[in-house]
Amino acid sequence: MITVEQRAEFRKHFRYNVGRRLVIDKIVKGVVFGCVILAIVPLGSILVEVITNGSAALSIEFLTQIPGAVGSADAGGIGPAIQGTIVLIGMSSLIGVPVGVMGGIFLSEYGDNRYGRTVRFFNDVLAEFPTIVIGIFAFVMIVLTLGNFSVWAGTFALSIIMLPIITRTTEESLKLVPITYREAAFALGIKRWAVITKIILSQAKNGMVTGILLAVARIAGETAPLIFTILGSSQFMDGFNGPIDALPLRIWRLSSLPYDNAVAQGWGAALVLILMVLSINIGVRYIVLRKKGRGLKLRMRGGAL
Amino acid sequence: MGGKIVSMMRIPLKSGSRFVDKFFKIGAAMAATYVLAIILLIVVNLISGSAPVWQKEGLGFLTGSNWNSEEGRESYGAAPYILGTFVTAGIAMAIGVPISIGIAMFLSELAPKIMRTPLSLIIELLAAVPSVIYGLWGLFVFRLYLKDWVETPLHNMFGDNSVIFAGAPFGLDIFTASVVLAIMIIPTISTISREIMLAVPNSQREAAYMLGATKWEVFRLAVIPYSKSGLIGAAILGLGRAVGETMAVTMLIGNSTGAAAFPTSLFQPGQTMSSIMANEFAEASQAGLHMSALIGIGLILFVVAFGINIVAHLLVARVIKSHEGAVQA
Amino acid sequence: METMEKLPTKIITTESPKYKLIAENIVASYDGVVAVKNVTMKFRDRAVTALIGPSGCGKTTFLRCLNRMHELTKNAKIEGRVLLDGEDLYTNKQDPIINRRKIGMVFQKPNPFPTMSIYDNVAAGLKLNGLRNKSVIDDIVEGCLKMVYLWDEVKSDLKKPGMSLSGGQQQRLCIARALAIQPEVLLMDEPASALDPIATQKIEEMINELKKEYTIIIVTHNMQQATRVSDYTGFMYLGDLIEFGETKQIFENPRNETTARYVQGQFG
Repeated sequence: MITVEQRAEFRKHFRYNVGRRLVIDKIVKGVVFGCVILAIVPLGSILVEVITNGSAALSIEFLTQIPGAVGSADAGGIGPAIQGTIVLIGMSSLIGVPVGVMGGIFLSEYGDNRYGRTVRFFNDVLAEFPTIVIGIFAFVMIVLTLGNFSVWAGTFALSIIMLPIITRTTEESLKLVPITYREAAFALGIKRWAVITKIILSQAKNGMVTGILLAVARIAGETAPLIFTILGSSQFMDGFNGPIDALPLRIWRLSSLPYDNAVAQGWGAALVLILMVLSINIGVRYIVLRKKGRGLKLRMRGGAL
Repeated sequence: MGGKIVSMMRIPLKSGSRFVDKFFKIGAAMAATYVLAIILLIVVNLISGSAPVWQKEGLGFLTGSNWNSEEGRESYGAAPYILGTFVTAGIAMAIGVPISIGIAMFLSELAPKIMRTPLSLIIELLAAVPSVIYGLWGLFVFRLYLKDWVETPLHNMFGDNSVIFAGAPFGLDIFTASVVLAIMIIPTISTISREIMLAVPNSQREAAYMLGATKWEVFRLAVIPYSKSGLIGAAILGLGRAVGETMAVTMLIGNSTGAAAFPTSLFQPGQTMSSIMANEFAEASQAGLHMSALIGIGLILFVVAFGINIVAHLLVARVIKSHEGAVQA
Repeated sequence: METMEKLPTKIITTESPKYKLIAENIVASYDGVVAVKNVTMKFRDRAVTALIGPSGCGKTTFLRCLNRMHELTKNAKIEGRVLLDGEDLYTNKQDPIINRRKIGMVFQKPNPFPTMSIYDNVAAGLKLNGLRNKSVIDDIVEGCLKMVYLWDEVKSDLKKPGMSLSGGQQQRLCIARALAIQPEVLLMDEPASALDPIATQKIEEMINELKKEYTIIIVTHNMQQATRVSDYTGFMYLGDLIEFGETKQIFENPRNETTARYVQGQFG
């Protein structure tokens, strides 16, 4: 037992240093706030540069025409790139959305077992995969097999990038639907597939749409896998078996050309791309924040960032 | 809820024969299996595609530094690019991790409530900016500032006598690529770290406050130890991202090949596994040894990224599990 | 059930009452919900004051106002004054950390730092407050663990993690951690609610011992516990302090009808 005398003795040894500790506290707070500023400055700079440099290039011709000959005074436009990006997003969604949604349904409704955990784990790993590896894989598997660069190959690669994001968000959205809905429906004797498709999915719709849109925003900006699959083109699309252009690929090509008008066009293409990607992201996050609160947003992180 | 039951009643009980039910489950299982199949196919295809280069170079492909695609004198060694990948990613981590932890601390512990949501949104938007736009911005904007304000002063101060600051800075080099990489991994690490810090139970913070701790001491005493392994997992996820990042690095690293690509000075051009693949793909003929070498680098990158991601996910998952267990305490 | 026959003997009898801690006109709310409505209470030195009342009556919120812990809650608001030895905790220009260290707190659920050893848990506050002398730290850790009757159980395992202890031991470890920084007041928020009867008994014995030196304020929903450990009892209901007096009087001869019904177990 500590006696009163002992306590008085102990107290003499305390050096509270409150002043110094509060100064350290203030310094740390300042440094930490500085970290936030350090992260925001690049985003601000990117937006300012893309908007100021890019808006100079914008015109109807720029958005619709094919690129001019390299080095010529008439730089033409980025029509094929915009077309290609839209085609690729549509085609990839045709594969990625149904497979991803079904995968998410499996994980949420049938996945509470060892196999489900395995799939979930590898799904998360695939979501973080270097996309260039997926690109060179699609090259070996599709381009080398079919013999040419094609929309198919690009579609295949991009759908693999979409897939884990959609699977993950679908699973999380379905899990947010209260278990009582399922119990009530099962109690009525409705079959499981009908419960899922007719009741659960309609409840989870918002979250799933969110995931799909974020996946679209993600593949819209992907460049590396396209180098190996669609090659790029200065013409509008000529069937699914041939090469095609895409916005990020065009930005890369334009930025590496030693001509000022090409670089100016690169900024213009970057403006179009960033408007697409950020408007989807801001819109989706705004809706999520307003409607679903934190729960879903937190869980989406796994794949969607 | 009542309305829900009524709407359920409209679904005819016969709606599912047992066959449809089974068919649906099998369909869902197949979709889930697709993920595993893709990973397996990636392994198989990358191995078969890179077989020629492994046959010719053997393990020398991993350790060699000679890179020559001229016909007749072909020789491929990936060591400089493997090293380049780890050096750039390592520098990016050294810059990015402390900043990310700082951001996470601000967002989870300090920021006034009304600032938290918009600030988190802005940080997450950084993650949404496509890599090629980071590259464009780095190439025409950021590189010039970095060269004038950081690289040149450092070079003038330490000069060619020091190894790591040797060479007249041009802005297209390992340092620029690493700094832009750091900017790109900050949103990943900080967002996950923030969630992990928010998962620390308030009872832990209160225990520290009760002892008379300042905000910073609460963070040091209660938040950091509790979330340490999760934060390590978040950092490793960032590492995975840095290792695989392609476009921005390709546009900024300066692209040297062979032994010249061994990272020595920060201000020398370099090369990473992903940047050599993006750069040389167009030059390689579709079926040649050169292409096989690029696919082989893809295989190495796959193994590295796979390993990093597995470790990261195991760490993050374990943290979340241990949180669930510790809520009672 | 042993009930009221064993009331604790009062320590302060002759001197004029000395108030260690005075809470005046405390109004506290969080998320727009008013949890405490204008409560004034005076706590005597070297005595145990119990706060009882049905759940949701604001007793825990009130307790958390006494060491400025309440303001850490989201959207928390507080009005009123809290005087420790006549000094207002809320208007004084110094940081709340200075006063929190004078007012130790024990929480409802044991919350040892999970990554620290038993020794480091007790020593955590000492190092924080600038104690560097290793032998003094050793003395305090040993003394505090003895005060909570934990020393004999853990003296050979001081390097083991604090989480390896049982629930009751963890709670006593947390009390030792609070005592180590040598506070003057000890706030206890249902310290035994998560513990088994044997662990509860140990904590109660400990409180009876500790009150020889400390001003102790304990929130409890267990009326038998209040009668066993406290000298004074305040009954709170719907955010108001309904009745406050000597424990014996509150339980045997309540003046207020609601108090009477509550202590007779008619609601709560």
